[in-house]
Amino acid sequence: MAKEGEAEAPIPGKIELFLGYVKIGLLGFGGVGPWSRHVIVEERKWLSERDYAEVLGLGQILPGPNVGNASVMIGRRFHGLAGSLIATAGLYIGPLCILIALSILYELYGTRPGVAPFMQGVAAAAAGMVIGTAIKMGQNLRPPPELIVVGLLAVAGAAFLRLPLPLIVVVLAPLGVFLSLRRSWKRAA
Amino acid sequence: MTLLLQILLAFGTLSLLAIGGANAVLPEMHRLVVDVHGWMDDATFSQLFALAQAAPGPNILAASVMGWHIAGGAGMAMATIGMLLPAAILAYGMQGLTQRLRGNTWLKPAQFGLVPLAVGLIAGSGVIMAQAAGTNWLSFVIIAVSTVFVWRTKYSPLWVLAGGGALGLLLL
Repeated sequence: MAKEGEAEAPIPGKIELFLGYVKIGLLGFGGVGPWSRHVIVEERKWLSERDYAEVLGLGQILPGPNVGNASVMIGRRFHGLAGSLIATAGLYIGPLCILIALSILYELYGTRPGVAPFMQGVAAAAAGMVIGTAIKMGQNLRPPPELIVVGLLAVAGAAFLRLPLPLIVVVLAPLGVFLSLRRSWKRAA
Repeated sequence: MTLLLQILLAFGTLSLLAIGGANAVLPEMHRLVVDVHGWMDDATFSQLFALAQAAPGPNILAASVMGWHIAGGAGMAMATIGMLLPAAILAYGMQGLTQRLRGNTWLKPAQFGLVPLAVGLIAGSGVIMAQAAGTNWLSFVIIAVSTVFVWRTKYSPLWVLAGGGALGLLLL
């Protein structure tokens, strides 16, 4: 069943992979996560919602930004080491150029007050964008009830209890894997 | 030269601790660059982190901005490489492992078990961003409209970001 999904997906060429990741990096205001999913799953259809979520899940338990880890893994999946380098370079090159420009402006002018209301509005919209992406993924993935509980525990731990992220990962990653494996064993039995 | 090496080592250590991304290592980053090495003061640290948030891209690039502040272009290069390379090598190995294990029937369900964590943490960071951004009634309206727009439509999220900025400019 999983293999069918992989066979259906079109494999992007190296240039397409690079340009897709340049787009993800450049558009990633207020967090690159929603854009990564938007480009890979919705716009270019390189991966199914489920395949993408699984790569992201692995990226989450490794150190480093999950989208950055996903770029390494997705790049390797399509084009080996070259693919990893291409996807990662694409992801970071745009933001790095903008950061260099911002750093120079910051040193020259400091912070300008006129920009604040605009940035406040963008920050609010970005928050909604991230929440909307999570709801959409959950809806498309249709996880069984016990895994929904694990997801809600992650929300509570991160947003309301403000627990350290490594602690949340160490507790909930094994729990999620166990519950998911148990369900597949039951189905097989 | 020794300064550049110190930058590389400091951020290289952070790279392997950053489970869940930049926010996980923010306290440790602060300890290293402000307390241990004395590369900047408290206020500069906060301002540089905010500056990195204003740019697109993964917020782990806060390390790049700090590197620039400490030692210019070479410092930025060292901080970025230090922050990205160790984690990237791990991710590369992990992908190789999943490819080798692909035939195993337990792999897919095991991997799917990590999905709720990933999606839950996305939602969690959205809520944290909303708590920080929700300063008045208008920002709550923007958050709600943006949530529904991204959830229910397939249009580019760029529209709500631009719309949110324009509304902020007009009304805030």
